[in-house]
Amino acid sequence: MNFPDDLRYTREHEWARRKGKNVVVGITEFAQDQLGDVVYLELPDVGDAVKKGDAFGVVESTKAVSELFAPISGKVVEVNDPLSDAPETVNEDPYEEGWMVVIEPSDPAEVDALMDAKAYQAFLDEQE
Amino acid sequence: MALRTPLYENHRKAGARLVEFAGWDMPVQYEGLLAEHEAVRTRVGLFDVSHMGEVVFRGPRALEALNRLFTNDLARCADGQAQYGCLCREDGGIVDDVVVYRRSAEDLLVCVNASNRAKDFAWLADHATGGGVEVRDESDAWAQLALQGPLAAQLLQRLTNANLSALRSYRFAQGEVAGVPCLVARTGYTGEDGMELFCPPDQAAHVWGELVDAGQHEKLALCGLGARDSLRLEMAYRLYGADMDEGTTPLEAGLGWVVKLDKGDFVGRDALLRQREQGIARKLVGFVLTEPGIARHGYPVLQDGRQVGAVTSGTKSPSLGTSIGLAYLPPALAAEGSTFAVEIRGRPAAARAVKTPFYTRP
Repeated sequence: MNFPDDLRYTREHEWARRKGKNVVVGITEFAQDQLGDVVYLELPDVGDAVKKGDAFGVVESTKAVSELFAPISGKVVEVNDPLSDAPETVNEDPYEEGWMVVIEPSDPAEVDALMDAKAYQAFLDEQE
Repeated sequence: MALRTPLYENHRKAGARLVEFAGWDMPVQYEGLLAEHEAVRTRVGLFDVSHMGEVVFRGPRALEALNRLFTNDLARCADGQAQYGCLCREDGGIVDDVVVYRRSAEDLLVCVNASNRAKDFAWLADHATGGGVEVRDESDAWAQLALQGPLAAQLLQRLTNANLSALRSYRFAQGEVAGVPCLVARTGYTGEDGMELFCPPDQAAHVWGELVDAGQHEKLALCGLGARDSLRLEMAYRLYGADMDEGTTPLEAGLGWVVKLDKGDFVGRDALLRQREQGIARKLVGFVLTEPGIARHGYPVLQDGRQVGAVTSGTKSPSLGTSIGLAYLPPALAAEGSTFAVEIRGRPAAARAVKTPFYTRP
């Protein structure tokens, strides 16, 4: 499985990528594979505040409902609206077209505290 | 440890995701539920359903004994014909929904849900009174494969000496498939044309392999329980344990068409007769969501902010793209076009009662 080196990861299988001063968030290839076909997403609105570790949305596959947890605290500045009509994008391209929200971090250092690709891979190996 | 079907290694090697279901390690999906679902609707899919149980009634009074435990009427079922119906408790609660394959009046095979296998066998054996019948749990003697989809017959005909063009829906025949003696039944749980094959477990892998090889021509897809569930729900076929259980009756579950109150006495008849006369207080209703969201088992159904029922099954229909479901509701809300709401994570999503099946073949 692919876990790009330029991303940071959470134990709940979200990824975070710096984009200027903001942070793009999605779910990992492992997460989409575990979920199976994604058929529905509930994402926050632009302007919503999110808190690290709190649920900020829901992703539903054909069989499972799963919450999305914010990897960092901040404010939602962008939402990937096309996903509502094409939720399968999350399966097809979890790291690029399948991104979910952009967060303006309240504490940019929170991103660096997340796992890097190597640590995330090790975390997954542990779970096996 | 969970039980394994004779095809467990085939599933593992094919990259299936295995989950425990009713005590069995079963494939929930191979390449993905949506692709598998589509294959069955447009081509052909192959399912391992060996977890299903088989109870056999044999003896001079086999038909009479089973008919007294079954809501449908096996006297109106020909030899070589299958019939769907319920096993009910005295109070009308559903013990299980089953398909009976009538080989003869003295030899009937009851296909039961995997989750109910032990319960059903005990219940059938206890209640098959009067002598002249032997009730046996033959579940370990049968593997079961379901080949489903518009191209299923075309594919299977190349491998079997059974004449499929003469085999109508809910009929079955004894035949060989890839050289293996099978009961070949034109039954299924998908709403498509297709066959279910009952064969000896030690030869199931051979039959499976031959179907997979020959099926390349039809672009056969291996299918898991996930697609089985979405396919059955599009047809509004009930799932025991989700849409009905011992606390619901066939009349409430919308299965009145398999309850033959005029056939003579059977276990549960008095209660069902009474319920038919007095009327039911709730009914299983098909609905679509008219606002975004997916209804799931257990979600409350609301009207005017008050809970009036609960969802028993729900999914986003792969064929229709809409969010569909079944729910127990007061009969007043059962009419097509009635509106209500399904509470999804604390928020109401508008819903409308619709006719079922949700999906009809083009």
